[in-house]
Order: sequence, then structure tokens, then C-alpha cells
Amino acid sequence: MTDWPLLSVIIFLPLIGGFIILIIKEDPVGIINIRWAAFWTSIGTFILSCLLWLQFDSSNRSYQFVEKISWFEDLNFNYHIGVDGISLFMILLSTFLTPLCILASWKSIQKRIKEYMFAFLFLETVMIGMFASIDMLLFYIFFETVLIPMYLIIGIWGGERRIYASFKFFLYTLLGSVLMLIALIVIYKTTGSMNIAELQGNYFARSTQIFLWLAFFASFAVKIPMWPFHTWLPDAHVEAPTAGSVILAGVLLKMGGYGFIRFSLGMLPEATAYFIPFIMVLSIIAIIYTSFVALAQSDIKKLIAYSSVAHMGIVTIGIFLVNQQGLEGAMLQMLSHGVVSAALFLCVGVIYDRMHTRQISFYGGLVNKMPFYSAVFMIFMLASVGLPGTSGFVGEFLVVVGAFRFSSLIAIGAALGIILSAVYMLYLYKRIIFGTIVNQKLKDILDLDFREKLILIPLVVSVLLIGIFPNIFLDPMRQSIETIITNFEIANGK
Amino acid sequence: MGNNFLQILLVPEIALAILTSICLLYGLFSKKNSYVRTTNLALISLMLIPFLVFFNPTTNFAYYNELFTNSSFIQFFKILVIVGSLSTIIISKKYFIELKLARFEIPILLMFSTLGMLIMICSNNLMVMYLAIELQSLSLYVLATIKRDSLHSAESGVKYFVLGALSSGILLYGFTLIYGFTGSTSFENIYLTIGKLDNLNLGLIFGLVFVLVGLAFKVSAVPFHMWTPDVYEGAPTSITAFFAIVPKIAAVAIIFRFCLEPFGNFYNEWSQIIIFLSIASMFLGAIAAIAQNNLKRLLAYSSIGHVGYVLIALAAANDEGIKAVVIYMFIYMIMNIAIFAILLSLKSSKGFVEKIDELSGLSKSNPLIGLSLAIIMMSMAGIPPFIGFFGKFYVFIAALNKGLVVLSILGVLASVISAYYYLRIIKVMYFDEINSNFNYNFSISYQSKFILVFLILIMTFFVFYPSLLISFASSVHI
Repeated sequence: MTDWPLLSVIIFLPLIGGFIILIIKEDPVGIINIRWAAFWTSIGTFILSCLLWLQFDSSNRSYQFVEKISWFEDLNFNYHIGVDGISLFMILLSTFLTPLCILASWKSIQKRIKEYMFAFLFLETVMIGMFASIDMLLFYIFFETVLIPMYLIIGIWGGERRIYASFKFFLYTLLGSVLMLIALIVIYKTTGSMNIAELQGNYFARSTQIFLWLAFFASFAVKIPMWPFHTWLPDAHVEAPTAGSVILAGVLLKMGGYGFIRFSLGMLPEATAYFIPFIMVLSIIAIIYTSFVALAQSDIKKLIAYSSVAHMGIVTIGIFLVNQQGLEGAMLQMLSHGVVSAALFLCVGVIYDRMHTRQISFYGGLVNKMPFYSAVFMIFMLASVGLPGTSGFVGEFLVVVGAFRFSSLIAIGAALGIILSAVYMLYLYKRIIFGTIVNQKLKDILDLDFREKLILIPLVVSVLLIGIFPNIFLDPMRQSIETIITNFEIANGK
Repeated sequence: MGNNFLQILLVPEIALAILTSICLLYGLFSKKNSYVRTTNLALISLMLIPFLVFFNPTTNFAYYNELFTNSSFIQFFKILVIVGSLSTIIISKKYFIELKLARFEIPILLMFSTLGMLIMICSNNLMVMYLAIELQSLSLYVLATIKRDSLHSAESGVKYFVLGALSSGILLYGFTLIYGFTGSTSFENIYLTIGKLDNLNLGLIFGLVFVLVGLAFKVSAVPFHMWTPDVYEGAPTSITAFFAIVPKIAAVAIIFRFCLEPFGNFYNEWSQIIIFLSIASMFLGAIAAIAQNNLKRLLAYSSIGHVGYVLIALAAANDEGIKAVVIYMFIYMIMNIAIFAILLSLKSSKGFVEKIDELSGLSKSNPLIGLSLAIIMMSMAGIPPFIGFFGKFYVFIAALNKGLVVLSILGVLASVISAYYYLRIIKVMYFDEINSNFNYNFSISYQSKFILVFLILIMTFFVFYPSLLISFASSVHI
């Protein structure tokens, strides 16, 4: 079994499933087959990636499941993939959310089902591939390829202003990532290597580091997104179909955080130290500003989109604290946000499928008609706020603790963000769920059906799992995080 | 080496010249179906030439007192030119018949033009280069006006002729200046003569600038691009396909050779001009295309933009630059052949599709054609994993190796701008509501279908196995 290329199978299984789907004819019977084929492909991928987790050796700090095939021989680029503690959970997050997305689109997507399922499976391949890449060119190719399926998902199956949103999404993120291409070539030119694992350390002169750091910042800050580069996000979220928002919030935003950890911290420690105050200021502005913006929204999806920006602000604070608590907190917060924001978007999707509006003022008193839904929604809402026992708490708590070691001012900023998140989330919950039903159209609204329960219950389980047993997630990533911190401290002479 | 008669025949250019004459006679004397017959003969003749170029049995003999030369770079571009014109003839055969433009002169003129390009690529002397450029241009002027009763076509041909003649004049004036100040027209002698100078004197700089202006016109680099959109739009689409693919390849080859061979030691003098042309082309190509609604005009601006990237590789002037241009022109050729293969077969109720709006709903009525067009557009925009990305990637590697950081950054920014209009075509096909007025009729000959499928597969799956092209490109030297 040791020779079995498990990681490559996980990466390419969805794509193969996607090609099979392309062959199926799109008639009434075929449509059902397409849906099931997509679902089982993604479930298979998820099971395989769980196998990856089980076989992962937490005490080993280097990459595992490494595969290396010569690719661009002249430049010594390789098809070089592997998993370490940081990428493992990103891959799991992607494979976990994709089947849920496919289930969530079961009824709401009625046109071009074949292309839709293909786009999702293709997207899954690309996301996993990106997190598993050790070669930087491979990473870049996956990083940019993500744009194509996402562009199509927003543009074809999106809402009214989908064209505007899809163009904004595509061009905005492309603009960021092309600068990374220049940075990658400069790295290659200076070191002669494209190997992310080899380049972890301090290999560049200070001035080069600053240039490279800014180029990487351009792409990751747009992706994560940091204030003031976040403006594409609310548009993309609002216009994307539910499953598109789920993947966007759940996984694509994490690509930015992942990139910061791998490239900025891992390869450019001196420049990172130089830019820490800059990041902290931007993150705190992001947390406070977007929290207030979220408070003022009348569209549920937009509110959650802005809350994502605020939560990712906590992640960037955690990453750039560069200490044990901060990084672990940031990683957990990313996982938690991946699950929770995905769940919140799915919850919005549930009522949107019934009422076809996302206006907060339309709803009210849903608890009377949808008790199960209200309970599930409450768990996610509280997880988003960071209630102890849910996933949100551990990450945010660790980041705040780490921030106190760094500067109490930043800790106060981060804590303020948590309080504000409680304000807008509880206020949202109150307006949608509580009260009596005023709107006559809501009289006949139905509670969750079996399919929706099947989507939301795994998410509830994982929210509680991360919240109650954070160590099963923290242990595998600990070694990798320590390596990064040690590198950083050596480089900066601490 | 004995100059026996057979060896003369095996020189690719001579062979092509003779075969073209045979085709001409054949076309003249065949009474029925002269177009189809001549085209078939022309295709067979052209298919022979790449082998002659590749095996090249008469190397030393074919130099004629150093008037010509040979290298792997030249061989590669010659083969590319021939393959390009072969493919255009194949994909446009049906189009000419449907447009009732089936004259047997067309393949003949295309062959003469190709002959001119072959000579131009391997010329080692200013006079030969000039004559070759004229041979190919004159054929192209006629081809632009081939649709004689169309005002549009005539206008475009005249425009092309007047501007082309002007640029040829400037080019020739540059040659005379270079000759006047070096006393020679041979590339090697010029190189040796000016190699002794510390810096170029004023006359030579003028000569250099004039020649570059003339060549910039041929590759349609900004600000000498004005003719391109009009000619592309006015000429019949099949001729546009030829314009977009073949002369571009040849002109790029000669501009590389001219800068790197006789003036190789004076990088600083010409690189400023090339860098300016490159930046201007990339940005104008990207921005002007946004406002276009005609696909052919859009492709004209797109080709202007692509030339900008090629000139980055020239500005790098190193081995990576040569590799980059080889890869880039190959990719450019296959992307353009593919898109023109679609345009030449796609009809809506209004005739052949030329407006972007007419593509709306194509993804629904012809899903495979829509998908192919989307892949080509993504590839042209340089979005990985499609092949277009790798062309740009190698160009930027070359530029950054030379330290041209600002140029590279401007290059990637222009590529983001240009992504907009490529995406717009995908938007029209996939996002817009279907316009029920258009009934698409996609009729394609099986030869061009084969070419199209083959190229789309290359574009999509190149990423899995790049070594073949890359290792070949690494072995090419100027």
C-alpha cells in the first residue's frame, strides 16, 4: 500500500468523475444520474482524504505522501505534491464541503446541471491540488485555475447582477495573482529552485524579500480578503448560487491564509517582521470597519460576507503574530470559519430556496414554523460569535491569547471584533428567527426536509468536534507550525 | 560540393518556387473546379517543403555567397510558416467556396507569399531581405482585395498597400543608411564593421531606427499598427486568418534575427525602441480591444497585444528569450488556427458570424463549439492550465533573467486588462440569455474538424506533458 499514490488519486478523482459526468446525456433520467455520480465521486474523495488523515504521522514535521514526477525538465519544475500539518486540514475542508455543496444544489440548480457538476468537481481537484503542491509553479497553476470554474459558477448560475460580480471576482483576483507570478520567477531566478519545502528559511536579501513580500501580499490579500481589497467579496457572495458561496467562503478564502503562512512567513521572514505593524493595522481596521458594515446590511448573504472579512481579519492577526498560539489559533479559526460560514450560507440557502429573497426584513418569526431549522441556525450563529464549546471559540481565544503576548492593543482590537460579531449575528438571528410571523407569505413555510438535514447535521457535528476536541486538529499541525516559528525566529535573530 | 542539378531542386525555396509555378499552370489549364484542384495540388506541394527544410540536404550549397544562412531557429520558423499556411489553406477551403470566391489564384498567391516569407526568414543580406519582404507583401496586398466587388475589401487592400508601401520605403531607406555607413549589405560584414565601433554613429542609428520602424509595421507593433484592425475586418475571414498567423510568424523571426545578428553588440541602442514598442503594443492591444464588437477587429487587437509579449522576449535578448519566442509563436499559431477554424465554419442566420453578439447562446445550441471557443479564449488570456499561460510564462522568465522587472510587471498588468475582453466572449456565450433569432449552422469539413479537435486537445492537455515542446525549444539557437 505504501506505493499507492493516494494523494494524486485524491486530487484527480473528482476530475475523472467530472469527465464521466460530461459523457452522460442530459435527459430527465440522465440528470438524476449526473447528480448521483457527482455526489458519489465527491464522497469517495472525502473518504480517501479521511484515509490521508488517519495515515498522517503527527510527529513528522516534513511533507508526507510525497510524490515527485519530472515535469518541466529544462527548468527543474516537478509535479511535486505532499501534505504537511498545515495543508492536511485544508484538503480535508475542501473534500468535506464539496459533497455538501453538491447536495445543496440538488434542487436549486435546474439548468445546465451537467456543466454545474463538472465545474464543482473540477474546482475540487484544483483546490486540493493547490493545497498539496510543493512545487511553486504547480501551486500557481492551481491557484489561478480556481478562477475558471468559480467564474463560470457565479456567471452562469448566479443571481441578477451575476455578470458584474463574476467579472469583478475574476479580474480582481487575477490582478493580484499575476504579481505572484513575477515573484515566483524572481525566486526561481535567485535560488534556482521552485521547491516550497526547500525554500522555507531565509534565502533572500532584505530588499528582495520586501519586493517579493509585496507581490505575494497583492495576491493573498485580495484572496483572503483584507481590507481594503475586500470589495469583490460581498458582490461575489451575494450573486453566487448557495453552493458557490459555500465554497467561496469555506475554501477559497483560506487560500489566502494558506499562502501567507507558506510564502510570507515561511520564505520571507525578514520582510514579514518588517511588515507586521502594517498587517496588524489593516486587520484591526478590517475587523472593526466590516463589523459595522455588516451590522448595517439588509441582505443576509451580504451580512455574512462582511462577517467573513472580519473573521479573516482575526486570522491575519493570528498568522502575523508568528507565535505558537497565534498560528494555531489562525489555523483553527480558518477551519472553523470554513465550516461555520459554509453552514451559514447553507442556512440562508434553505430559506432562499423557499422564499426566493434574502432580505432580512422579509423574514421574522421563523421559530414558530421551523423549530429544527432555528436550532441548527442558532448553533452556527453561536459558533460564528465564538461561544465556548463551538469551533469559533477555540480559534478566536488562541489568537487573543497570542495577541496579548505580542501587544495588548492588538488583543483589544481582536477582542472587540469578537464582541461586534456577537452584536451583528445576534441581531440578525433575532430579526429572522424570533418574534411572531408578520409576513403572510411565511405562513406555510416548511421545516428542513431530509436532504437539508443531511447537509446540516455533519456541519453541526464538525462545529462541535472542533470546539470540544480541538487537539485532534491541533496535534497534526503542531510540528509544521513550530518549524515555521523556529525559522522565523532564527531569521530575525531572536 | 558539386552543384548538380538535383541539389538545386532540393533547396526548399527553389522547390517551392517551381511547385508554385506548376500549380499556377495547372490552375490556368484546368477548366472545371480549378480552385479545388489547385488547392489540393498546393497542399501537396506545401507538405513536401517542411521535409526539405528539416533534412536540409544542401546546406552549404544553398548559401549563395552568404546571401542566405541557416540555423535551428530559422528551420523552426520556416516549418512554422509552412505549417501555418497549410492549415489556413485547409480551414479556409470551404469558406471560399461558400462565399463564391473560389478562384485558383488564391492558393497560388498564398504560396508566393509563403515563398517570400521563407526567403525572408533565412536571408543573410539586407537586399535579399528587402526583396523577400516585397515578395510576400505584394501577394498579401492582392489577397486583401481578393473580394473585388466588395467596397470594404477594396478599402482594406488599398489601406494596406499604401501604408505597406510607405513602410517598405522607410525600411529601404534604413537599409541604404546602414549600407552607406558600413559599406556592406551582408549581415556578417555589418556585424564585423560595427563591432569595431565603440558606439553607433548617428547615421547608423537612423538606419537602425528606420529598419525597426519598417519591421514594426510588418509585425504590427504599436504605433505602427493602424492598418491591422481595418485590414483584418475588411479582408475575407480566410485571408484574415492567413494575415493573423503566417506573416506575423515570419516577421517576428526576421525582427529577432535583425536585432540579434547584425546589431547584436548594440543591445542598448535597439532595446529602448523594442521595449517601447512592446509596452505600447501590450497596452493598446488590451485597451482598444475592449470597445470592439467585431470579432475580427478584436482578434486584430489581440494579435497586437501578443506581439507586445513577443517583443518582451526580444528585449530580453538571451537564450531564454529565443526559447520563449519559439514557444510563444508556436502557441500563438495554434490558438489562432483554432479560432479561425471556428469562425470560418460558424454561420448564423445573418451569414458567417463576425459580431460578438451573434455568439450569444452558442454554448447552448453547439455546446462543443462553445466549449472550444471558451478554451481558446482562456488560453489567449493566459489563464492556466491552458497552453497560452506557458507562452507568457516563458517570456517573463526570459525578461526577469535579463532584469527587466518593470517591463514584466507592465506585461502582467496588461494581461489582466486583456483578460477582460476574452472573458467577455465567454460571457456572451455562456451567461447571456439565448437570442432566439440566431440559428447556428456549423458546417465544417472533416479536415478542419480534425485540425480543430487536435489543437484543442493540445491546448488543454499540454500542461500534463510539456516536455516535448519545451525540450525542443531549448535546443533552438539563432
